[in-house]
Amino acid sequence: MKRFFVLLVLLGVLLTSFTFAAKTKITYWQYFYETKKITIDQLIKEFEKQNPDIEVEHVTFPYANYNQKVASSIPAGVGPDVINLYYGWIPKYVTSGYLIPLPEEDFSKEYLQSQFFSFVSKGIEFNGKYYALPIAVRSLALFWNKKLFEQAGLDPEKPPTTLQELVEYAKRLTVYDKKGNIVQEGLTMQPSGQGHHWIREVLVRQFGGVPYTSDSRTVLYDKTGAGSDVLKFYTDLITVDKVGYPGFMNDDVTAFKAQKAAMTIDGSFRIGTLNKIKGLEWGVAELPSYMGVKSNFASFWANGITTNATQDPKKLEAAVKFIKFLSSPESMKLWLKNVGELPANPELAKEYYDDPVYGAFLRGLEYAHATFFVDESAQRQVMMDAVDKVVLKGISPEVAWREAAEEEQKVLDNFWSSIQ
Amino acid sequence: MIKRDRLLTVSAYIFLTIFAVLMVFPFIWMFSSSFKDSGEIYEFNLFPKYPTLYNYQYIFNYSLFPRWFLNSLLIAMITTISVLFFDSLIGYTLAKFDFPGRKLIFILILSTLMIPTEMLVIPWYIMVRNLHWMGTYWSIMFPGMISAFGIFLMKQFMSTIPNDLIDAARIDGVSEFGIYFKIVLPLVKPALATLAIFNFIGNWNAFLWPLIVTSSPEMYTLPVGVAYFSSENSMSWELIMTGAAVSTVPLIIFFLIFQKQIVKGITMSGLKG
Amino acid sequence: MRLRQKKILTAYVFLSVPLLFFIVVRFYPMVYSFWLSFTDWDLISPKKNFIGLLNYINIFKDEVFMKAIVNTLKYVVFGVPAVIIVSLYLSLVLNRIKKFQGFYRLLYVMPYITPLVAVSWVWKWMYQQPPIGFINNLLTIFGIDSQPFLMSTSQALPSIVVTTVWVNLGYCVIIFLAGLQTIPQEYIEAAKIDGANRRQILWRITIPLLNPIIVFLAITQSITFLRIFTQVYNMTDQGSGGPLNSTKPLVLYIYQKAFMSFDMGTAATATVILFGIIMVITLVQMLILNKNIEY
Repeated sequence: MKRFFVLLVLLGVLLTSFTFAAKTKITYWQYFYETKKITIDQLIKEFEKQNPDIEVEHVTFPYANYNQKVASSIPAGVGPDVINLYYGWIPKYVTSGYLIPLPEEDFSKEYLQSQFFSFVSKGIEFNGKYYALPIAVRSLALFWNKKLFEQAGLDPEKPPTTLQELVEYAKRLTVYDKKGNIVQEGLTMQPSGQGHHWIREVLVRQFGGVPYTSDSRTVLYDKTGAGSDVLKFYTDLITVDKVGYPGFMNDDVTAFKAQKAAMTIDGSFRIGTLNKIKGLEWGVAELPSYMGVKSNFASFWANGITTNATQDPKKLEAAVKFIKFLSSPESMKLWLKNVGELPANPELAKEYYDDPVYGAFLRGLEYAHATFFVDESAQRQVMMDAVDKVVLKGISPEVAWREAAEEEQKVLDNFWSSIQ
Repeated sequence: MIKRDRLLTVSAYIFLTIFAVLMVFPFIWMFSSSFKDSGEIYEFNLFPKYPTLYNYQYIFNYSLFPRWFLNSLLIAMITTISVLFFDSLIGYTLAKFDFPGRKLIFILILSTLMIPTEMLVIPWYIMVRNLHWMGTYWSIMFPGMISAFGIFLMKQFMSTIPNDLIDAARIDGVSEFGIYFKIVLPLVKPALATLAIFNFIGNWNAFLWPLIVTSSPEMYTLPVGVAYFSSENSMSWELIMTGAAVSTVPLIIFFLIFQKQIVKGITMSGLKG
Repeated sequence: MRLRQKKILTAYVFLSVPLLFFIVVRFYPMVYSFWLSFTDWDLISPKKNFIGLLNYINIFKDEVFMKAIVNTLKYVVFGVPAVIIVSLYLSLVLNRIKKFQGFYRLLYVMPYITPLVAVSWVWKWMYQQPPIGFINNLLTIFGIDSQPFLMSTSQALPSIVVTTVWVNLGYCVIIFLAGLQTIPQEYIEAAKIDGANRRQILWRITIPLLNPIIVFLAITQSITFLRIFTQVYNMTDQGSGGPLNSTKPLVLYIYQKAFMSFDMGTAATATVILFGIIMVITLVQMLILNKNIEY
C-alpha cells in the first residue's frame, strides 16, 4: 500500500514536469532599476502572449555587483539564458566562454546596420562577430535651471550653445558668499558623475583629438589634438573661473535638484528624477559646440545569449525570439515612455526630434561616440584623479593628463592581455 | 584645599558636559534633519520650523526599508540564538569535561580570533557560490553561527560552577545534555545575556560580509540598504538622514533597556581578554 | 572507568559540530586564501594558474597598494594614541565625580553601538562644504575659513580618524573606568600621606597600574584601525577611498581588487599581508608595552 502510494506520487511528479517541459522556459537577467524592471515585466507579458509556448523568468540584481553575480552563476550552471550586459564587457564575456555570437541567419549584418545607430553595431562587434542587441541608448545634454537664469539676468529660454558661451554664462550664474565660498554653482563639475564622459568623448574631440584608436586598445587623447588643453579647460573652470567644484553639495545631481546649480551635464536617464522635483523649472539643450565641432557620448546595455541557452535548441530559439522582440520598435517606444532611454533605431529616433525634452538627446545621438570601456570604474577613476591632481595638488594639466593616459593605458593593456 | 576640590569638581562637570554634547550632537543633527522637508534641509536651525513625517512615510512606503529591517532582525536573532547555544555548550564542555585534546582544542578555537575576517571573505564567497547558497539568509548568517570569543567568555564563567552540583545531577540520572540545559545554563544567565546583546549588536551592524554576499535588494541588511540607498546619485540628504535614523533607533532603544549588561559586557571583554 | 569514557564520548559529541564549523569556516578558508595568493585567478575564468610568488612581487610595485599600506598605518598612528589619550583623560575626570557618572558614561558609549554605516553618513553630512555643511557653518560663525575636510587629500584621512575616534571613545572609557575602580584606594591614600601630589599619583601609581589595560586597548584599537573599511567606503566619493586614494585603507583595496576588478589573486595576497601586519603589531606591542610594568 505504502509502496503504491510512493509510486503514485512519483508518477504525478513525472507528469507535471512533463507538462512543464512542453513550455520552453528561459531566464533573463538585468540589473535592478525600478522602471526598467517594471517595463521588462510588461514586455515579457506581451511576449508570452505572442509566444504561448515560451516562458520567461526575469531576475534583477543591483548594478554594483552585477558582474560578480554573473561571474558566479554561469559557471555554476544556474545563470541566465539571455543577459543584459554593458557593451564594454562583451570581450571579457566572450573570451570567458559565457556569450555566443548572435546567429547570423536571424541577425544579418544588414539588419544590424539598418536598424541601429552605427555606434551600436560597432560596439557589439568583437573579432568580426556580433554579440548583443540593445533596446535603448543614452546620450548627454545640458540641463539648465530657468529660474536661476532669470535671477542672473539671462534669458531663461536661451541656453549657451558654444563652449565660450557656456563659460561666460557659468561665471554669471555662480554666486559666492562673503568669504568667497561658492553657494550656487554656475556649472556642475563632477567627473565622478557624467563629467568624465564629457571630458573623454566630447571635449577631447572638440579640441581636435581622438580619445582612443579604433580598436580601443590604445589611448590617444594625450597624443592627438590639443592634448592636455582639454584638462586645462576643464580644471580652469574650477580653479580660475571658480564656477563649481567636484563634491559641491556632495554631487552634481543633488546640487541641481536643490536649485544650487544653474547648469549641469547629465544623461537622459535623469529626466524622471528631475520631473519629480516640485518647483524646479528646467530645460534641456544639446551640448555646447566648440569651433563648430559637435560631439556627444552615448552608451548602451545590450541583450546577449549565454552558453547556457545552447544546451537545448528550443531554448536557443526562444532566446533569439526574445532578443528580437526586445529590440523591436514597439518595445523601444514603450522603453522611451517608461524608462526615458532613447530608441536605438535611428528611424524611430527621428520621430521624436521635436520633443522638447528628448529632442536634444536624440539629435545628440547623430554625432555621438560610445567609449569602449573595459573597466568602467577604473577608467572613470583615472579621469577623476586627473582632475583632482590639478585641482587639489596643483600639478600642471600637462603632467596630470600624461599620467592619466599612462594609467588608462595600463588598464587597457591589463584587460586585453587577459583575454588572449 | 576644600575650595580647590570643589572648583575641580565643577570644572570636571563642565568638561564632561561639553564632551557629552560633542558625543551626542551628531545624533541630534541626524534626527533633526530627518524631520525637515527638502526646502529646509539646507538650513542650520536645530529645530525644524515645519517638522514633517514625510521622510519617514517615504522610507516606509516607497523603499525596501521595512524589508531590510526585517532581514536584519531575523539574521541578528537567529545568529544570536545559535551563538548562545553552541558557545555555551562548547564553553561547558571545555570547562567541565576532562578529555584528551582539551587544551589543544581550546587553543585552536582561541587562535581563530587572530584571523581577520577580511582574510576569509573571499573563500567564503567562493563557498557560497559553489554550494549555491547565493541569495539565501543562510549565506549571510553562516560565518557568525558560532563565536570564538563567546566560547572563551562562556568557558571562564562555566569554570566557576562547582563540580559537585554537576556530579550530583549525574548521580540522580540526569542525561548529559540535560545537565547542561537544565542545571548549567540557568547558572550563567547573566553571562548569556551579555553575550546575546553583544552578538545581536554585532550582527545588526555588520557591513563588509553582507555587502559582499547579498545580491538582490530584497536580501540587503539594514546597513547595506542604507549604504546603497545613500550612494544612489539622486538621493536627498533628508532621506539619507532618515534612513540612518531608522537603522539607529532600534539600537538606541535596545541600548537604553540593556545598558547595564552592555557596560558589563564591554568591561568583561576588556578585563579578561 | 566507564563513567570516564562516557564523559569523554559526550565531550566529543558536544564538540563535533562546533569543531567542524571552525575547520570549515575558519581554518580551511584561511589556507585557501594562502593558496589563492599564489594564483592569477580572476573569478570569471574557470582556470586558476599557479604563479608562485608573482603576486607578492607585483603587489609591492603597485603604487595604490603602497599608498593603501601607508594610509592604513596612518589610521593606526593617528587614531590609536588619540583614542587612548582622550579616553584615559575622560575616564580620569569621570572617576573623580560622584554623581551622574553612569549617565555620562552612557552618552559616551552611544556611538559605539550605533551602526557604522549610519554614523558615516551623518558625519559625511556634517563635513559638507558651504553652504550646506554644519561644521563649516559653525567655523564661519567664529570667523574661521571653511575647510575642505573630506574633499582634500590632506584633511580627508584625519577627518575619518576623528569620526572613528568618536565611535570608539566610549568603549575605551568604559574599560578604563573599570580598571580605575580596581586600583586599591590604600595605595593612593598611602601616597598622599607620603606627600605625593596629584600629578605624582597619576604618573607613579595610576598609570603604571593601568598598564595592562593600556596594552589591551592599544592592541584591540590598533587592530580596529588596521581593519578600517566601512567609514571610508561610505564617506568617500563613490566608495573610492579618494580623493586621489588619500584615504584608501588596505581592506578597501582588497574589496576593490576582489569584488570590483575580480583580481582574486592580488586580493588574496593583500589579505595575507594584512594578516601578517596584524600579527606583527600584536607581538611588538605586547613586547614593548609589557616592559613598562617592571618599573
